[in-house]
Amino acid sequence: MKLIQFFVDNGNYILQKVGEHLYLAGVAVLLACLVGIPVGFLITNNKKVATIVVGVANTIQTIPSLALFAFAISVFGIGADNAIFALFLYALLPIIKNTLIGIRNVSPTMIEAARGMGMSRGQIMFQVEVPLAISVIMGGVRIATVTAIGIATIATLIGAGGLGQLIYQGIGMMNYEMIFAGAICSAALALLADFLLGLVEKKLTSKGLSKSMQRAKPL
Amino acid sequence: MIRLEKVRKTYDGQKNIVDDLDFEIRKGELVVLVGESGCGKTTTMKMINRLIEPDGGDIFINGKSIKSFNKNELRRNIGYVIQDIGLFPHLTVRKNVSIVPLLCKKDKAEVDRSVEDLLRLVNLPPEEYADRYPGELSGGQQQRVGFARALANDPDIILMDEPFSALDPITREQLQNELLSLQEELHKTIVFVTHDIDEAIKLGDRIAVMSEGRIIQFDAPEEILKNPVNSFVESFVGKDRLWKKPEFLKAEDVMNTKVVTIGQNRSVAHAIELMKMHNTDVLVVVDKPTESSGKILGVVGTNRFKGVGDNTIKMKDIMKSDFPRISKDMCLVDVLKIRKSSDTLYSPVMDENGRVAGIITNASIISVLTKYIPDREDY
Repeated sequence: MKLIQFFVDNGNYILQKVGEHLYLAGVAVLLACLVGIPVGFLITNNKKVATIVVGVANTIQTIPSLALFAFAISVFGIGADNAIFALFLYALLPIIKNTLIGIRNVSPTMIEAARGMGMSRGQIMFQVEVPLAISVIMGGVRIATVTAIGIATIATLIGAGGLGQLIYQGIGMMNYEMIFAGAICSAALALLADFLLGLVEKKLTSKGLSKSMQRAKPL
Repeated sequence: MIRLEKVRKTYDGQKNIVDDLDFEIRKGELVVLVGESGCGKTTTMKMINRLIEPDGGDIFINGKSIKSFNKNELRRNIGYVIQDIGLFPHLTVRKNVSIVPLLCKKDKAEVDRSVEDLLRLVNLPPEEYADRYPGELSGGQQQRVGFARALANDPDIILMDEPFSALDPITREQLQNELLSLQEELHKTIVFVTHDIDEAIKLGDRIAVMSEGRIIQFDAPEEILKNPVNSFVESFVGKDRLWKKPEFLKAEDVMNTKVVTIGQNRSVAHAIELMKMHNTDVLVVVDKPTESSGKILGVVGTNRFKGVGDNTIKMKDIMKSDFPRISKDMCLVDVLKIRKSSDTLYSPVMDENGRVAGIITNASIISVLTKYIPDREDY
């Protein structure tokens, strides 16, 4: 009951924090898509480079988020930019990796058929590879988004605001309602974002690729 | 139409997968490249649409080197059907078929119409199939779409890389027959790769038997069956090859060419003398015995002399003249049918001018057939 009361009393404040939170995670994931998807594409044809790139992204992923935020202060100072940069780095790995896997999983038969029909490299990419890999790529984007929304709660420690602010304030004030409010909103946000991106994924994926279409033996 | 000149392809810089290949494919011809895996047949085919670049030599299409074309332009004008079908699962049948014409910036409405015609041509009514996805079709239907896709840009040349080998035998045979009847209508120049000699014989106007990057024999199917150039081709097509295609055996293959002829005005006495001399019991009566082979008028066997008291009776009076007419190129199956229905022992064979070419007897048929009887013990 107290929790509902807290939501009613602090509606505007909570909404403001949700907005900040979304801004941090959203911009970070968007940037990660803009960088990660093309990078994922570029490295598909070069195994060595792919290993290095994925290795670097993996290493970044292992750095504790708190340390990465602290480290980024030396570059971006305190504030949202810093947080976005750190979240961006975290979001990179799943996006690059999934793009790489998605494109690599496109069967060589498809590529050979496309080449044999006289499609150029670009046409093969946009008309064959991307549509066939889109659900795997979108899977990466969804993982990246959920991760970013979760980690963004720490961003408050470097003064970037967001729902983390509610949680840390609540801890400081021993205000459990406040802690819960922050945690619940953050979790709900992650679930909602994942659900919405799921709809986008479904929209982008051709009906011909859905499971029910594959019941007939492919050959 | 397509000419290969000293075409060579090397992998790892040592072994030639395709070795100094020289051959020409005529317009409207269905040529089958056949051989065991690794013989270079697929590599040869893929060099025609530059999916593989040769290391030496050149390929010409209508006299123009394929190097002078833009790669993608070249491929858009050569239909390509592959073993794994390779339809794009994310596109409907209609979109799959219209890819190439749309790449060539053809009018959308026109492409749509021609796609529907093509689907009808490959026995997939567009009303039912055009808006379905490949995943909803059976293998045979998918490969029909694959064929429609290869035809979509109305290419003169179509390359087919083992297109039917992934299909079940019944569907395969059905599609082979459809390909033949389509080819009857379309007269495309088709290069067809397979490892299946039966398929090659069934489909090919000419067959190139390949081994180790070279063409061992390039001939019409009946020639390959009847006159394999060496033991490799012979073992490849199999010793029982003619049993697979008895219609390739012609009357001239089973006839005895040692025929004793006699003029129509000669007497019985003369006939008996001739038979003794040549140790035969049949004579072919001709109009001009002086020429090596005159026109056939009739046959005289020893049974015709029965009850003939007068040795001066002429051949034209006792000969059997209602014998079945068998021409040199009549197929063995028909010959056997005729011989059975007319119940004759001796069937003279005539060439296109009605002259004597040879004679078919039970012995001549058997002696030819035993040559082709497979080495099997269980019969």
